[in-house]
Amino acid sequence: MTTAVLFDNVSRHFGAVRAVDGVNLEIAEGEFFAMLGPSGSGKTTCLRLMAGFEQPTGGHIEIFGETAEGVPPYRRSVNTVFQDYALFPHLSILDNVAYGLMVKGVGREERRKAAEDALAMVKLPGYGTRRPGQLSGGQRQRVALARALVNKPKVLLLDEPLGALDLKLREQMQEELKSLQKSLGITFVFVTHDQGEALSMADRIAVFNDGRIQQLGRPEDVYKQPKTRFVADFVGSSNVLPQKLCQRLGLTAPFASLRPEAIAIAQPVDGALSLSGTVAAHSFLGAVNRVVVDVDGARVAVASPAALAVPALGSPVTISFAAHELHPMEDA
Amino acid sequence: MRSDRLNRTPMGLKIAAGVGLAFLHLPILLIFLYAFTTEEKSYQFPPPGLTTQWFAVAWNRPDVWAALTLSVKVASIATAVALVLGTLCAAAVSQTRFFGRETISLLVILPIALPGIITGIALRSAFSMADIPFSFWTIVLGHATFCIVVVYNNAVARFRRISGSLIEASMDLGADGFQTFRYIILPNIGTALLAGGMLAFALSFDEVIVTTFTAGQQSTLPIWMLEELIRPRQRPVTNVVAMVVVLVTFLPILGAYYLTRDGDQIAGAGK
Repeated sequence: MTTAVLFDNVSRHFGAVRAVDGVNLEIAEGEFFAMLGPSGSGKTTCLRLMAGFEQPTGGHIEIFGETAEGVPPYRRSVNTVFQDYALFPHLSILDNVAYGLMVKGVGREERRKAAEDALAMVKLPGYGTRRPGQLSGGQRQRVALARALVNKPKVLLLDEPLGALDLKLREQMQEELKSLQKSLGITFVFVTHDQGEALSMADRIAVFNDGRIQQLGRPEDVYKQPKTRFVADFVGSSNVLPQKLCQRLGLTAPFASLRPEAIAIAQPVDGALSLSGTVAAHSFLGAVNRVVVDVDGARVAVASPAALAVPALGSPVTISFAAHELHPMEDA
Repeated sequence: MRSDRLNRTPMGLKIAAGVGLAFLHLPILLIFLYAFTTEEKSYQFPPPGLTTQWFAVAWNRPDVWAALTLSVKVASIATAVALVLGTLCAAAVSQTRFFGRETISLLVILPIALPGIITGIALRSAFSMADIPFSFWTIVLGHATFCIVVVYNNAVARFRRISGSLIEASMDLGADGFQTFRYIILPNIGTALLAGGMLAFALSFDEVIVTTFTAGQQSTLPIWMLEELIRPRQRPVTNVVAMVVVLVTFLPILGAYYLTRDGDQIAGAGK
């Protein structure tokens, strides 16, 4: 397995601000890699470090085995789809897509053909003569994608690529991006603050907070077994059990995560763990009822199948769950 | 009732506007008229007769040609210098952050706010102190001080509308700094530079004050005219030249006006 992008203890400090602080990651060739985190968490700076718009203040970056520090953006085999698409307003769509080939000195006919193929690939055939201003947001996004892919980059960087699109278009583009990545086999690295987007598209996710990677792993692992409190809060809808409940359940860790769908409102069976509390709130979510149980001041959400009766507000209940569903976490 | 009041201009206001415009432009028409007069010593009204002989006289006077070519040369070179320096300065101020940026953008604009006589005296004493003889190049330098401002002002406004990610996108797609300037920046600021350049040319072409302080023995066209007014003979030749100057400066200013007016959507269209 070839390593596409390697970060070895990379930092990018802006004065006293540690935008990226000691990040280690290894992205494999052909991987769909997501960098997830709230704004200001360092994920976009990491992307800009890969693109070459930023230089690290510490550590080492390799792209396909070659040192990336000091290499300007125009000498990297990496292309970017920008958040605001950054289409050139004075050029036609075809000239926009062919731009990368034009500056590399590819002949007029050849680059026109390559650009038209790229436009067809993003399902915009025949749009070449229009101007960026004449396209909708979704179409501009596809043009930005075609403009990057026509250069056959080894790594494609996507900065919040779907952020400006409405929900339906976003879901459609998620599928298209995924299948495009599969068929091209290019390494995709994309930045998002939308955990659903990261979970549904990526092969692996790095969750960022305060310039550091909190957890790096497959979507299922990150979702089911958050390593830190931050990841549990940001990625999933997991319950974070405070220290006093952890102690009561026999854990030494300061916090533990427990997913709502792993809990049942029932007496424990077969050595399952249990807690008692009172019903503090409930709401109907379609397939499930979300029942919030107050256990000594800690609120624990339970996803109870809609077929089961919902206990009345304020009534005492016992909740139970298998011991392996309880995941100890670090405090961060 | 209210829309009536908005749509209909009171007669008094119309007359006032007409008188104002006439006051501004009638003297220019008078200049045109006296280019054709038969009386060469004084401007008596009405002109005793009309003739086109002064055009031929002006055409054959070498001092007219010398002054005209000097003015065109000075204006062209001052504009060229201003285009390069003004664009570079606008790029630095609008695209990067550095210590003293605000101060620099103020200092660049200052020469056009200062009275020309201050700029003239300052340059003259500076040239004398540095032992630089007054020449064609000292005139160019003097004119460049205010030409840069005009170019800078036009360029900086356009630069601010170019999204920073356009330049990054160009670099990302493999264009080096020069290619990015050639293919992305220049097309987006081109009309602003053309407009700024035309205004700079027009300013330089009829500049008198700074020129009197920085010129040696040479006379630019406006200086030549001032000298000519004192002389009693062939007065209408000055009017012929003035007519030419009006036409030569009016056309670029008109062009600049249309270019900047239509250029509004150029850099903002991508958003």
